[in-house]
Amino acid sequence: MTGTVIPEILIAICLLMGALFMLVGSFGLLKLDSPMKRMHAPTKASTLGVGALLLASMLHSFAFDDGSLHEILIMAFLFVTAPISANFIAKVAIHRGRDMPTPEPPKDQTWSTLDVPAETGSPDAPEAPVRG
Amino acid sequence: MIAPDRLYDLALVIAFAAVALAQILAMIRLVIGPTTGDRILALDTMVIDAIGMIVLVGLAQGTQIYFEAALIFAMLGFVSTVAYARFILRGDIIE
Repeated sequence: MTGTVIPEILIAICLLMGALFMLVGSFGLLKLDSPMKRMHAPTKASTLGVGALLLASMLHSFAFDDGSLHEILIMAFLFVTAPISANFIAKVAIHRGRDMPTPEPPKDQTWSTLDVPAETGSPDAPEAPVRG
Repeated sequence: MIAPDRLYDLALVIAFAAVALAQILAMIRLVIGPTTGDRILALDTMVIDAIGMIVLVGLAQGTQIYFEAALIFAMLGFVSTVAYARFILRGDIIE
């Protein structure tokens, strides 16, 4: 009995933390008021939350079973791919966001994702086409 | 003070409820989302919440057989998010 108390408390803490972070991520997705702000909540909080849930699953398998490190695979994959998909969604928000102007770039001519060459493919097109 | 085994079961129930609520909130954003980027983001969040739900089901039943399902959900969710975003950006997925 006493041998399983500490792991169960640890698993319970990981579960509660992960579920809370996932709930906060989705709540922020619903609550925040502009598309770029909405990008913050799910891409960071939900990824951390699912990481904590996978950590709880791993602790459970080590405490009550043979133990497995399979969940690290999912965790690493999610942690690597979350910024990439967030980058793609931000590009969509920049290109399609009519109501939210892009801030001025600090020192370059334009943002690189808006700097598309002309359709003919000449790399030194005189100026980037107007976004939209 | 709650007994530890009760604590674990209670934490599992609370986690199930919180992840289900998170799934519902993301679904509301998917329906009302004003821009296309919001809808892609809501779908991505729903996939991540589904992975969490699968992990919780595996914990509740005490088995390891849901691991492959969670892994496939993770891979397919990433690929579908990128494909959807590229389709919106370029009008084409494979150029």
